[in-house]
Amino acid sequence: MDVLFHNVRELVERAETEQKSIAMLMQEQEAAISGRTVAEIRAQMKNNLTVMATAVERGLQGVQSVTGLTGGDAVLLQNYIASGKGLAGDMLLDAVSKAVATNEVNAAMGTICATPTAGSAGVVPGVLFAVKHKLNPTEEQMIDYLFTTGAFGFIVANNASISGAAGGCQAEVGSAAAMAAAGVVEMAGGSAQQSAEAFAITMKNMLGLVCDPVAGLVEVPCVKRNAMGAANAIVAADMALAGITSRIPCDEVIGAMFRIGQSMSPNLKETARGGLAATPTGRAIAAKIFGGAVMQGE
Amino acid sequence: MKFTSVFDIIGPVMIGPSSSHTAGAARIGRVARDLFGRQPKRVTIHLFGSFAETYKGHGTDVAIIGGLLDYDTYDERIKTSFADAEAQGLAFEFIPETAHTEHPNTARIVMEDDKGEMSVVGISIGGGKIEVSEVNGFKLRLTGGMPAILVVHDDRAGCIANVANCLAMHSVNIGHMEVSRIERGLTALMVIEVDQNIEDRVLQQISLIPNINKVSKINT
Repeated sequence: MDVLFHNVRELVERAETEQKSIAMLMQEQEAAISGRTVAEIRAQMKNNLTVMATAVERGLQGVQSVTGLTGGDAVLLQNYIASGKGLAGDMLLDAVSKAVATNEVNAAMGTICATPTAGSAGVVPGVLFAVKHKLNPTEEQMIDYLFTTGAFGFIVANNASISGAAGGCQAEVGSAAAMAAAGVVEMAGGSAQQSAEAFAITMKNMLGLVCDPVAGLVEVPCVKRNAMGAANAIVAADMALAGITSRIPCDEVIGAMFRIGQSMSPNLKETARGGLAATPTGRAIAAKIFGGAVMQGE
Repeated sequence: MKFTSVFDIIGPVMIGPSSSHTAGAARIGRVARDLFGRQPKRVTIHLFGSFAETYKGHGTDVAIIGGLLDYDTYDERIKTSFADAEAQGLAFEFIPETAHTEHPNTARIVMEDDKGEMSVVGISIGGGKIEVSEVNGFKLRLTGGMPAILVVHDDRAGCIANVANCLAMHSVNIGHMEVSRIERGLTALMVIEVDQNIEDRVLQQISLIPNINKVSKINT
C-alpha cells in the first residue's frame, strides 16, 4: 500500500521537501490507495463540507434531542454574542456555538458528518465555520482544511485510537480538537511544522479526558466537550502561529495519548459505568430514560 | 493499518446520534431486507445487549425500520420511519431481550409476508460497521462490505459445483465461500462473496438449478 506518511514527522518532512501542503499530500495518498481520481475525492469531500454547513445552520435554529437532555444551547450562545457582552471574543464563542450546534443536531438525530466520530463531530466544522469569517477562505481552501484535519486524524487512528471505547474522550474530542487546530494553522498560512505544533499543544491539554456518557447516550457531556474542544483548538492554533512550540514532539504526544487510553479503567471508556454517568444525577437521568435499566456497554 | 481512507476520518455522513447504535442499526435493517429480497409485511425485531438497553435514546428502533424500508444511514426519513412503515403496510414489533449474546449490539430480525419467512441476526461492531452472523438458523459471517449471494439448497452432491459453474458462465469471480448445513442430507446454505454486484437474471438462473430452494443477494 502506498502510504506517504506513517506519522507526523514523516508528514511534515515530506511537506517541506516536496513543497506541498498537508492537504495535498493527504489527497495524493487517498488517490493512490483508493484508485480514484483527485476530482472524485475532492467531490466527496465537498459533499461532506456541505453536510457540515447544513448541520451547523440547523443547530443554530434550535433543535431538541429525543430525550430532551440536549438542544438549544447553540442558540443561547448566538444571542449572547449578539448582545455584545461576550468576554471570550466573538470568534471563539462563534466556534463554540457552531460546535455545539453540530452536536445538538447529532443528538436530535439530524444528519452529520462524523469527524472523526459522531460524538465528536462538532469540533472540526465548529472551528471552520467561525474562522471562516476572519480568514475568508475559498471553498477549495475549506475542502483543503478537511483534508489536513483528515491527515492528522488518519495518523492518530492508525497509531493510537479515535474510539472512546478504546481510548476515552481524549481519543474522540481530543483528536477532533487537535485535528482542527492543525487544519486552521494551515488555513491561516502557517507552516506544516506549525500545524504539528498546534496539534501537539491541543492534544496535550486533552490527555486523560475520559468517556463517561450519562445513560450511555451521545449527549451529556459530549455536546459541551465539543464546545471546549473547539475553544482549545483555536487557542492552540494561535499559540503555534505565534511561534510557540511543543517541548514534547507531536508523535510522542500521540503515543502518550494511546498509552493513557490503554491504562484507563474500562469504567471510563464509553461503558457509562463511571465518571459523570455514575453520579447520582447521572444515574437518575438514566433511570428516568430507561426505566431503571442498568447501563452496561456502549 | 487499521484505517486506509481519509473518509474513515472525515465521514461517514450519517443520521445521529451514534455510529454503532444508529448508523449500524440502519445497515442491519437494510441488509436484512436485501436478503429477504423484498419489503416484508410483518417484522419482529429482537434486541439484545446494549441495543436492548438503550435503543430508545439512540433511535436504534427507527433506524432498523428505516433500513427495512431501504433507507441509507444518511437518509433523514429514518426519523419518520415508523409512520412511513405504517403507510406502506409494514407491521412491526420490538422485543427487548435479556439473554446474553456474544456481541453487545445484536438484533434478530424475523421478516414475513404471504410468500415466506426469514430470520436474520445482525451485529453492529463499531463505527457503523456491521456483520450478519445468522440467517434462518445457519451461522455465518457476512460483513455486507462485499456483494454476496446466499443460496439455500438441499444437501445433495453437485449443488455447489452447479452454482459455481453458473457464476463462471457469467464471469463472476468468487472471493470467499462458505458452506454450512444444519443436518446431513437436509438443508444447507452457501454464502458466496463475489467481486461485483449481481444482476437479477443471474440469481434467477441459479434458482432454476435442481435442489436449489432459495437465492438471495446483498449488493453494495
